[in-house]
Amino acid sequence: MSDTLAGLLQVALLLAALAAVYKPLGDYMARAYLSAKHWRVERALYKVVRVDAESDQRWSTYAYGVIGFSFVSVVLLYLLQRLQTVLPLGLGRPEINPATAFNTAISFVTNTNWQSYVPEQAYGHLVQMAGLTVQNFVSAAIGICVAVALIRGFMRAGTDRIGNLWVDLTRTVIRILLPISFVFAIVLIALGVVDSLSGGIAVTALDGSQHTIALAPTASQEAIKELGTNGGGIFNANSAHPFENPNSWTNIVEIFLLLVIPVSLTRTFGVMVADKKQGYTILSVMAFLWGGMLAVIWWAEAHPNGPAALLAGAGMEGKETRFGIPGSSLFADSTTGTSTGAVNAAHDSLSGLGGGGAMLNMLLSEISPGGTGTGIYSILVFAIVAVFLAGLMVGRTPEYLGKKLGRNEITMASIAMLAMPTLVLVLAGIAVVLPSTGAALTNGGAHGLSEVLYAYASASNNNGSAFGGLTVTNDWFESTLGVAMAFGRFIPILAVLCLAGGLAAQKKVPPSAGTLPTSGPLFASMVGGTVLLVAALTFVPALALAPIAEALS
Amino acid sequence: MTTTTDQSPRSVAEVDRHHAENAGRKLQAGAFNPQQLLSSLPDALRKLNPRHQMKNPVMFVVWVGSALSTVFAVTNPTVFSVVATLWLWFTVLFANLAEAVAEGRGKAQAESLRRSKKESVARRLREDGSEERVAGTELTIGDLVVVEAGEVIPGDGDVVEGIATVDESAITGESAPVIRESGGDRSAVTGGTTVLSDRIVVKITTRPGESFVDRMIALVEGASRQKTPNEIALTILLAVLTIIFMLAVVALQPMAIYSGSPQSVIVLTALLVCLIPTTIGALLSAIGIAGMDRLVQRNVLAMSGRAVEAAGDVDTLLLDKTGTITFGNRRATELIPVGSSTKDDLAAAARLSSLADGTPEGRSIVELCVKDFGLAAEPNNAEKSAEFVPFTAQTRMSGIDIDGRQVRKGAASSVRAWVTEHNGVVPDEVHEVVDRISGEGGTPLVCAELSGGVAVVRGVIRLSDVVKPGMKERFDELRAMGIKTVMITGDNPLTARAIAAEAGVDDFLAEAKPEDKMALIRKEQEGGKLVAMTGDGTNDAPALAQADVGVAMNTGTSAAKEAGNMVDLDSDPTKLIEIVEIGKQLLITRGALTTFSIANDLAKYFAILPAMFAAVYPGLGRLNILHLATPTSAILSAVIFNALIIVLLIPLALRGVRYRPSSASSLLRRNLLIYGVGGIITPFVGIWLIDLVIRLIPGIG
Repeated sequence: MSDTLAGLLQVALLLAALAAVYKPLGDYMARAYLSAKHWRVERALYKVVRVDAESDQRWSTYAYGVIGFSFVSVVLLYLLQRLQTVLPLGLGRPEINPATAFNTAISFVTNTNWQSYVPEQAYGHLVQMAGLTVQNFVSAAIGICVAVALIRGFMRAGTDRIGNLWVDLTRTVIRILLPISFVFAIVLIALGVVDSLSGGIAVTALDGSQHTIALAPTASQEAIKELGTNGGGIFNANSAHPFENPNSWTNIVEIFLLLVIPVSLTRTFGVMVADKKQGYTILSVMAFLWGGMLAVIWWAEAHPNGPAALLAGAGMEGKETRFGIPGSSLFADSTTGTSTGAVNAAHDSLSGLGGGGAMLNMLLSEISPGGTGTGIYSILVFAIVAVFLAGLMVGRTPEYLGKKLGRNEITMASIAMLAMPTLVLVLAGIAVVLPSTGAALTNGGAHGLSEVLYAYASASNNNGSAFGGLTVTNDWFESTLGVAMAFGRFIPILAVLCLAGGLAAQKKVPPSAGTLPTSGPLFASMVGGTVLLVAALTFVPALALAPIAEALS
Repeated sequence: MTTTTDQSPRSVAEVDRHHAENAGRKLQAGAFNPQQLLSSLPDALRKLNPRHQMKNPVMFVVWVGSALSTVFAVTNPTVFSVVATLWLWFTVLFANLAEAVAEGRGKAQAESLRRSKKESVARRLREDGSEERVAGTELTIGDLVVVEAGEVIPGDGDVVEGIATVDESAITGESAPVIRESGGDRSAVTGGTTVLSDRIVVKITTRPGESFVDRMIALVEGASRQKTPNEIALTILLAVLTIIFMLAVVALQPMAIYSGSPQSVIVLTALLVCLIPTTIGALLSAIGIAGMDRLVQRNVLAMSGRAVEAAGDVDTLLLDKTGTITFGNRRATELIPVGSSTKDDLAAAARLSSLADGTPEGRSIVELCVKDFGLAAEPNNAEKSAEFVPFTAQTRMSGIDIDGRQVRKGAASSVRAWVTEHNGVVPDEVHEVVDRISGEGGTPLVCAELSGGVAVVRGVIRLSDVVKPGMKERFDELRAMGIKTVMITGDNPLTARAIAAEAGVDDFLAEAKPEDKMALIRKEQEGGKLVAMTGDGTNDAPALAQADVGVAMNTGTSAAKEAGNMVDLDSDPTKLIEIVEIGKQLLITRGALTTFSIANDLAKYFAILPAMFAAVYPGLGRLNILHLATPTSAILSAVIFNALIIVLLIPLALRGVRYRPSSASSLLRRNLLIYGVGGIITPFVGIWLIDLVIRLIPGIG
């Protein structure tokens, strides 16, 4: 079987699996947020933390909750890392320095999972299981909560309440993330992923030298790493490591996990706003962008230039032979299209066009199909801008899902949309002229600029994948990437929640023949066009000097 | 029949003529004379003042960029830097020009209004009934003034005593005088209009300086123009886009330095100005002013831009049946002979009885006889010399005495009495027919003839409401636009249903009282819909105020005019439909030009980026798909295109994009194609053409 055919079969299998779970999972998630009933375990939890599960919150209360919860999470995760030497299950690994502990805390709480450390050397099992994995669950859940709050803004009318964060958060973790992760952890173990509490196995190599092969509770973390679009590997090599991702079957399962929640949330959206076509339309935009970028990366990697690559028949540098070009391209597209950032190949070694495609996936604001929750709320922000731009052309004040788009809506959508490009352009702009950057870069010229742009795109979009080639441990990068992660996460969240509050307070305008239809191919192409246009207008000058210059030379 | 209205009722021909005039006016409103560009130039130059520019974030950025470029062009003058700086200033100037041209059209109108607002002397009534002479500007609310034939009404108010004909041409442009009388719904008079006959006492209802004419002047001059909600939202979006581009361009410089190809300030400014949405930024206020202007050209005064915008959003139109959907007066539609009379007998009698009847109903009877029975429209000599019997309140009949015959038509009871009195017998058939017509919502007129001492009933004439031609199509269009039409009528539900079905409205409100109207508006609004209505009476005032778009008729009371947010000087209720279309056209024009403006950027990237960086990355030269001559000619062509497109689009901004009522999807598809796809292609062609010319300039090519 040729590589390409195998790859196409993998894509077909992936799409079939996603199609099969789309409706049941999407409907199930919608029920989880619409249901008035609490599970017994949830009620017990509310009692312990003394939350009134029946109260409905204003957008500001909801936002305070998100910020407060995230702040406490950062503090706890920081302490857990710093105290690892005195806590159990530390495996005797060293104390974590404050800068790394801080960067890692922000990184995992913002669902970025940018890693400026080597996991198997830095962290013991307790930090991994009670710290990082817990954040893998709740940071993913927070994204979904914000998305659900926004959807409620569209659903509701004439109210200042958009739901209860604590209920949404609990339900997301207990009803959605935990069960799926549990099942897939077992599936991954069955397929050969390691899961062990042992610190490692001592081996003697052929030359007689002593080595330790690190082990970890991998499968249990791997499932939520992908499902929650987190991406922080328990091994430094991430999903390229044979213990995390041993074969093409685990590869395809992991890609499925990356995509399943962001994709199914479009169904949840359709069900909740009582117009399933709306969900399909949004999904079609995501699918188009994901598919288009896959084609670009795949083609670029299969048609390399450079003598070594030509000899190998493809750009195999930095890729695992067990995944090949299709398995690597599919993973690279999906991990940058969702805000995951797990990698099964070195993105630094992607061709100019392929690496540019992966970067563009992030620069599109992570909406193809985006992170858990963040994907759908980001694309809805674009949909609002698209409706506003083109909606005027039908001769009415633009309306989306029965809500008029006025001053507040446009302001909030603009802030949510603008945060990421601002962070990327400003920070990357400063970074490239700093004298210290030259030392941190392994490559100069266009590729070096790509490395810097990629790092800030990854951090600001809470993706977390690294292009590599850039040593990010100097003070400038540690601190500014931390800022990018925090602002890139919370500025859009605050804007989206404010948007949700404003939408919920509005009356609902019934649709008529004069209303811009927001489902169907025409609207889908408008949203897709807006996404591409905003990204292109913002980043083309910068990209021209980086991947475009590289690809055209 | 006594339905003669104080306003001379319009015949079909008159209505047609009126519409034709309106159509003519429409053309005029859209016309754009290139000379206006020249005459508005001084105003445009005056607007270069930075304080004025600050109101428009997009153009302010261009202004600052131009100023910055000037500094660099002066310190380091090259052909490129001077030409680029000049064209950057032209961009600002052209934007000012667009606004100045739009305002200039309003100014001319204000000038003619001011002329009508002569300083008048008022004859104010003292409490003891004596008169004193005061200046019109000294009048306050509640003053009573006397106005007699030949005098100008000194201020807005209501007639409290008397009846007079008034020439309102100064305001409405309509030369036919109108009647104003105390009480009822035609009591409002406007300051600046002239009384032609009789004497009236007017109670002043506005403070000096706030009169209708004052407000009208302020409106057309744009002095009181405030940004509308949609305009504000669009301005925010444009500001955001501008910020994005500033970031992109500012961040480009360090990256360019890193890449070993730092750019000059002028080049970066040129890139920025080309990318930010200058086209829509420059034309936005002109579009708003022109939208109001289009309404004024149609003799509608909107009290706020917000109302015009709301008109585009209207979901439900409440339309009065009489005068809007049907002709203001009932018309003869059928002749029903009774007894031994034939249809021709009845037609002959009906025609004779109506020959001298000047009422619209009477004329419609003659028209019916002419059309269906081939009788003569004009009286012959014998008929001319016959004796006409005019309608009186006592007899409630009218007719003619000719050759010893007496022909009469009138209300059933009166004619019955007349026939019985003249030895005639009224057959039962007459009662049946009369009752049937009444039951169906029509008005029966009985026609009888007396000859040889015996009166005979010839038959019954049916008068009924006639739906204006073309209304059904209009309502179909409105339905396609997603607008629901509701007919308001005082008729009984049976009649209302029949007319509603004939006219093709979506719904009707029968036996409507003002409070029913109000309830209907509230119900629609609770469902999130926007409602528009017209009204003239004091009764209508609360509903006019409640409606999102309330158009008061100029003939109406002051209360109605005060409550509504628009006034129609022509008092033509059908105009509501046009107002909705203007509102939509305003929003579409904004959206279309925004889309066009942003779509333009693609070509500009292709022109400017290779020009900037092909030196350091030769591969980028492949993006120069237009094969522009040199880097400087490429950048200049983009800047020049960016400036010229503003001037080229001024006529479109003033006229508004073409609007045909249709569904949202088809409108969107059409406009996306023209302004989206067109916006991508046009600059490629434009920049390429400009490059062909400017490459000839020494130092550029």
